[in-house]
Amino acid sequence: MSFRLLRVLPLAAMLAVPLHAASAQQEWENVLDEARGQTVYWHAWAGDTRVNDYLEWVKQRVRDEHEIELVHVKIDDTGAAVSRVLAEHSAGNHDGGSIDLIWLNGENFAAMKENDLLFGPFAEQLPNFALTFPEHNPEVVTDFTLPTEGYESPWGKAQLTFYYDAAELGEAPPRSMTQLLAWAEANPGRFTYPRIPDFLGSTFLKQALIALVDDSDALYEPVAQSDFEDVTAPLWEYLDALHPHLWRSGRQFPANGPELRRLMADGEVALAFTFNPAEPAAAVADFELPETTRSYVLDGGTLGNVHFVAIPFNSPRRAAAMVVADFLLSPEAQARKQDISVWGDPTVLDVTRLDAETRALFEQARDNPALLAPEALTETLPEPHPSWMTALQDAWQARYVGR
Amino acid sequence: MLRLAPWLIVILLVGPILAGLTMAVLPAFGYLPALGGHAFSLEPWRLLLAQPGLTRSVGVSFASGLITTAISLAVVLLFLAGVSGSRLDRWIRRLVAPLLSIPHAAAAFGLAFLIAPSGLLSRLVSPGLTGWERPPDVLIVQDPWGLSLMAGLIIKEIPFLLLMCLAALPQLDPERRVAMARSLGYRPTTAWLKVVTPSLYPLIRLPVFAVIAYATSVVDVALILGPTLPPTLAVSILVWFNDPDLSRRFMASAGAVLQLGVTAAALIAWWCLERLVARLGRHWLARGGRGSGDSPLRLAGKGLIGLATFTAFAGIAGLALYSIAGFWRFPDALPQGLTAAHWLRALPALAGPAATTALIAIGATLIALALTLAALENEQRTGRQPAQGRLLSALTLLYLPLIVPQIAFLFGLVVVMESLGTRPTHALVIFGHLLFVLPYVFLSLAESYRRFDPRWSQLAVSLGASRNGAFWRVRLPLLLAPLLTAAAVGLAVSIGQYLPTLLLGAGRVPTVTTEAVSLAAGGNRRVIGVWAMVQASLPLVGFVIAVGLPRLLWRNRRDMRGAP
Repeated sequence: MSFRLLRVLPLAAMLAVPLHAASAQQEWENVLDEARGQTVYWHAWAGDTRVNDYLEWVKQRVRDEHEIELVHVKIDDTGAAVSRVLAEHSAGNHDGGSIDLIWLNGENFAAMKENDLLFGPFAEQLPNFALTFPEHNPEVVTDFTLPTEGYESPWGKAQLTFYYDAAELGEAPPRSMTQLLAWAEANPGRFTYPRIPDFLGSTFLKQALIALVDDSDALYEPVAQSDFEDVTAPLWEYLDALHPHLWRSGRQFPANGPELRRLMADGEVALAFTFNPAEPAAAVADFELPETTRSYVLDGGTLGNVHFVAIPFNSPRRAAAMVVADFLLSPEAQARKQDISVWGDPTVLDVTRLDAETRALFEQARDNPALLAPEALTETLPEPHPSWMTALQDAWQARYVGR
Repeated sequence: MLRLAPWLIVILLVGPILAGLTMAVLPAFGYLPALGGHAFSLEPWRLLLAQPGLTRSVGVSFASGLITTAISLAVVLLFLAGVSGSRLDRWIRRLVAPLLSIPHAAAAFGLAFLIAPSGLLSRLVSPGLTGWERPPDVLIVQDPWGLSLMAGLIIKEIPFLLLMCLAALPQLDPERRVAMARSLGYRPTTAWLKVVTPSLYPLIRLPVFAVIAYATSVVDVALILGPTLPPTLAVSILVWFNDPDLSRRFMASAGAVLQLGVTAAALIAWWCLERLVARLGRHWLARGGRGSGDSPLRLAGKGLIGLATFTAFAGIAGLALYSIAGFWRFPDALPQGLTAAHWLRALPALAGPAATTALIAIGATLIALALTLAALENEQRTGRQPAQGRLLSALTLLYLPLIVPQIAFLFGLVVVMESLGTRPTHALVIFGHLLFVLPYVFLSLAESYRRFDPRWSQLAVSLGASRNGAFWRVRLPLLLAPLLTAAAVGLAVSIGQYLPTLLLGAGRVPTVTTEAVSLAAGGNRRVIGVWAMVQASLPLVGFVIAVGLPRLLWRNRRDMRGAP
């Protein structure tokens, strides 16, 4: 135990105590030196070929620039990676972990942090982190209301974005939760949402809840501090009214966002939603969705959040993992990620505060009809406290499973 | 040396499973120090029993185990009873191997695309016959009763049971039995069912049990075709194990133990059914009916097996088409355009996983072959006869990895491996695959090996060859065809493994199957099509070699070329 502490002490000390600027730079140089030649195993969800292609590019770049070998460990569920770290922890493996970097946010982060499965704080030490201007953009240091405290580094943004087939809906899709119910009644079987406990499906519940409660302040405190039954009553009333008009009469739900998109592609539903604002446009380019696909955001805004990368507590190659996290925050990597032809994931950098030359990297063509207008993404609702997600999921399942 | 082989096999198979089960049982009763569980309690069980829809999950798992097995077995027996050596029969027998080589997940995706309301069948007849401009809003795939799940499993279990029956049949000499019965006036199909089935069943009982166990606890097929609200028990367990809320691990472990109980209950229920059928069957046999409904039975056998085979291949064909499809929306019967883009995009990422898959599959298969040959040769030399068909024999242990649900012991096994300090490597994954490859290789090879005419070896020894010499220079070459078939089965089993690869490899050992499943999470049918093709074609290569090589090597030795 003490031996292990001694070994990580220099790195930890350097991270915990920000010395003056020149020294910080020197310390970062040391990290870069240490990182050279290391191999980083990055566990990241791999359900999207565009994301995988982007990671392939990152792999090339960090090899060229920092002599780091990056391995994308493709997983279908981030929970599996959390599970892995946990198995290592329970087996007493405290310094030879198999995971160096995890792509995560929300519940997974909350669970790992609570169980001390994360290394940090490290985010503030990354030179490019300053470009996110956290003092002006609290969302890059807040994950579902929980302060990240430097235990994860922001990577990209997501916002609940609806999309529909204009050939069927015309130019007038439902723009609020109440309109959605009316539309579903008029068009039975043409809308659905991913089944709980899917991430996207749970987000739909939260979005509906925020729209339906009179006072949403309670949602930003732990759920234990309010009367759950009382606060969520309007939601269940709404869902009870909505379900009979859903796809398969609400007796079945798609498993996740991608399956919902496939239902759109097959023409089984006419209205759907996603967390990646560029996904509909990308799917059109991939021949999946018809060219008449259009995207929009509900009036009054939709839920948005930031996704992060974190380093498990037992990663043996933390230096290289930090360098990769820093590279992911570089304007070059962020601009490429935001490019609709690459991935289309919005940047976490505060573009308005960057110098003109860097800002130019983020200019994009706007003529794609399936793509959301950038202005639409300014209406972002913050995520409720993570405990609400769990409580809503349990309540939904108790109500609708096995009936 | 040889004498150690059976023991080695037993230790290799039983050790990891027992260790893994222990690490599942402890958390199920609240003990997992890493998560703060230091004392034993029943809390995990209380939580588990409070899960909404648990009864239904258990019910579907239990029922799909019994129904899938009953139907698959009935179809296989009816088909075999009606076999007349026609061209169609030969074709179906030849298709067994490729059918067996299609991974479960790929077959399930194929079936789902075939029968969905917006699927291939519906597209072919719409809007022409049905008038559907939009897919009808009916629940077919993932129905709450698990019917589509059972259909998907039946398609895959029929070839497995057929192969097992074909392997066991020769020692029963069915032709002479049927000839005897026919001379007494029995119609051919009835004759087969009455005189061959009662002797055949004990020989295939363990494979039947493996099918029951598999169908009650399958994960990948149930994810694609199974019910969702609630899902089957095995799928629920996987979800709980992967839940970000780490305290759910305790409940998941309790679920894993429950899964073990459900599988055991299904096996016991089947055993009771066996008794019942045996009792009823005795009357049927003794009554002496000569077979009034003979041709309907024969036709049913052929029709059903034909339907299952056709469905499997049509599903795969649909996926193949999708892998090159441009825009293709309901109700178009064909894509609007064809494109190689999906393949071109996947190709650069294919090489690595394909090589890893081959390395692991070949490694596991070679070890399995070596152990199997050593054990079988030992059996021959010591002259011990295998206790076939009896449940409490050493052979039962061989079935342990096939009968204990993967999901019940794999998570525990990971913790065990971690505490031993083993790091995820290719070797560890090969070891994990060996658990499942070894039983199949043994089962495929054992019968041919034991039936091998002992006079060949005796002759060789009498001519002065040593026993080892006779083994290497006479027995092995003569058994080349069955050896290669066993190897092909082993390769196919290894290539299809998902959970063991993922868990023991910590995701760092990417195979085509793990890649295919993680990409399938993206739901893009074109990508799924590409990877399903790759996943299905790799084992096929093994089977092509298994059939082709003996023909090439022994082109001047007709009887050594193996079965047609």
